[in-house]
Amino acid sequence: MLITENILLALAGLKSNIMRSLLTMLGIIIGIASVIAIMTVGNSITVMVNTQMQEMGANNLTVGVSAKSTSEESTTSGLHFGAGNRREMDTEDYLTDEMLDSFLQEYGDNIKYTLLSSSVGSGTAMDGDLYAYVNITGYNEDYMDYTDLTLLAGRSFIEKDYENAQKVCIVSDYFVNNMFDGDTSAALGSSIEVNVSGKYYTYYIVGVYEYENDSYSSSSTEDTTTDLYIPYDTARAQLHTENDGYESITLVTTIDTDSEAFADTVENYFNVKYYSNNEDYEVTVTSMASMIESMTTMISTIELALAIIAGISLVVGGIGVMNIMLVSITERTKEIGTRKALGATNGSIRLQFITESVVICIMGGFIGIILGIVLGAVAATYMGYSASVSVVAIVVAVAFSMGIGVFFGYYPANKAAKLNPIDALRYE
Amino acid sequence: MAKNDIMLDLHDIHKSFFIGTPNEFEVLHGVNFSVHEGEFVSIVGQSGSGKSTLMNIIGALDRPTSGEYTLDGVDIEKAKDHELSILRNKKIGFVFQTYNLIARTNAIKNVELPMMYAGVPRGERTERAKLLLEQVGMTHRMMHNPDELSGGQKQRVAIARAMANDPAIILADEPTGALDSATGRLIMDIFHKLHEEQGKTIVLITHSPELSQETERIITLRDGDIKGESVGNWAKIKEELAC
Ligand SMILES: Nc1ncnc2c1ncn2[C@@H]1O[C@H](COP(=O)(O)OP(=O)(O)OP(=O)(O)O)[C@@H](O)[C@H]1O
Ligand SMILES: [Mg+2]
Repeated sequence: MLITENILLALAGLKSNIMRSLLTMLGIIIGIASVIAIMTVGNSITVMVNTQMQEMGANNLTVGVSAKSTSEESTTSGLHFGAGNRREMDTEDYLTDEMLDSFLQEYGDNIKYTLLSSSVGSGTAMDGDLYAYVNITGYNEDYMDYTDLTLLAGRSFIEKDYENAQKVCIVSDYFVNNMFDGDTSAALGSSIEVNVSGKYYTYYIVGVYEYENDSYSSSSTEDTTTDLYIPYDTARAQLHTENDGYESITLVTTIDTDSEAFADTVENYFNVKYYSNNEDYEVTVTSMASMIESMTTMISTIELALAIIAGISLVVGGIGVMNIMLVSITERTKEIGTRKALGATNGSIRLQFITESVVICIMGGFIGIILGIVLGAVAATYMGYSASVSVVAIVVAVAFSMGIGVFFGYYPANKAAKLNPIDALRYE
Repeated sequence: MAKNDIMLDLHDIHKSFFIGTPNEFEVLHGVNFSVHEGEFVSIVGQSGSGKSTLMNIIGALDRPTSGEYTLDGVDIEKAKDHELSILRNKKIGFVFQTYNLIARTNAIKNVELPMMYAGVPRGERTERAKLLLEQVGMTHRMMHNPDELSGGQKQRVAIARAMANDPAIILADEPTGALDSATGRLIMDIFHKLHEEQGKTIVLITHSPELSQETERIITLRDGDIKGESVGNWAKIKEELAC
């Protein structure tokens, strides 16, 4: 009951001197706004990265050959330190078809797709004045299933294309627009020549897929590079790497498989069975799930650090509130004396002023939250992420501004409470 | 007279103030007097004689340096600060020379304030505040803030506020000091009404010899000592006023 009275009283007080109230709140407003803005941007990035990585496949496991870490030298995959002692990676060290077959024999039930790809490179398709930029990559059958292209015309690859390493390709509608003036039927069956840094490759177009202009790479100019799909075996043949084995393979696990746990199983399987005698290289399995996790952790850590720095301005804001509370209590000494004469206990005076300080801080907090969301949304949008507000941040901000109100209001309120009634009444 | 008839009893009350240096300044030098329930007493004396100092002790706003003081059976010496708050809230109604209404708080809320501290439910206290304001003729200005009221109106609201928790005693320190004589008369009439109709015990501090004559008993203070007591003659004054 006293609380409601006190809140109403505090609001009336704020209203009676709006300019001063706003200035008092300013520190809190700025502090909360910057924390919320940072959290909003951070949250937007996290959500975006998450969806992007999720799209890439949360069930993906990357099985790669990497340097063995020894006790003396710390080595992260792919980076070699003390290269002098270490043999360069050789095709000998690669994963072989046999290894893969025996692995699939054992764990096939957990695997939905085995993704193999081989990049031929980026190049330019030319036909007289016409040209288009492409990125040539060979994909195996599983990969094509997994990618699930939207075919506009023609067909996907068939068994024979893979077996005989046929020089066939699937191009984008974008490519057709550039090279065949949008005439799909003319494109199908035509042969194209692509120049990849001086080497010429020729393919027959068997299909046209719908190019999905992903919203993140904004510009859709004439010069956009689109993917040109060829059979995996064709790429290997053209690169003369048919019998080389694989440096890295991506496995897509079935839905019911716990991919993070399964990653260890896979790693163990290859290392125990095939790499125990290899002194320099071993198999490392990374799950997309764990990558998403570490990515998210990293972003939140940065975000937290920034928010804490911004939070310092909250402390400054709190001190501002405390200062104005002290001024207000001095101004209202006579009122405090009167209240005490009318029977207010020290406790009720303390409550009155703590409530006032909390009301100031929460009001500032609310304004700050709104401002922060707006700022954060603008910043996120500007940076190319779709803004998503962090609910946790809002809850924390409200709680935090309340805490500041109590913390910085306590000292002035206590000072008011302890005033001697007669001294307060006589105060001029 | 039976003991419980005594509303307040002061025995050998001393009050000194410490003014910076070690030498203290004694304002009251052993004041003795008591007030019976239902009495209307005035305290007169020169400026600086210690009237307000005495009043603050009676009102439990300040503690005497030494001496015994009993208010409505409660030994003030032994009471804790918290208990004094409750005592002021329930047993004492203050009326100040400077009104001391709470700023930015309308008349009715001001009157409700002591009841709020007493924990009276909202509906009940609003009802009572309205009633009290009606008794002092302020119904029409109930919703106005203090800065929209005249001095006399403020003092009437202050009296209504003093009556909020139906106190045992009303303490008024020069309640008409800042008002013209006509308005002062109005305020005095309210005190007489409270005294006669509700049997309130009232202690009134005043500079004015005429006003003190309106009370039942006049206590004269000089330099911190009681220098005499006399009897007022309200009955006669009342007749004269009626003419
Ligand atoms: N807190 C204090 N500190 C020091 N001296 C004080 C204090 N309060 C009162 N005095 C002194 O005590 C004396 C009595 O003051 P008090 O206010 O009781 O006088 P009063 O009789 O009410 O005068 P007036 O009629 O002018 O109101 C004065 O000399 C005053 O200076
Ligand atoms: Mg005085």
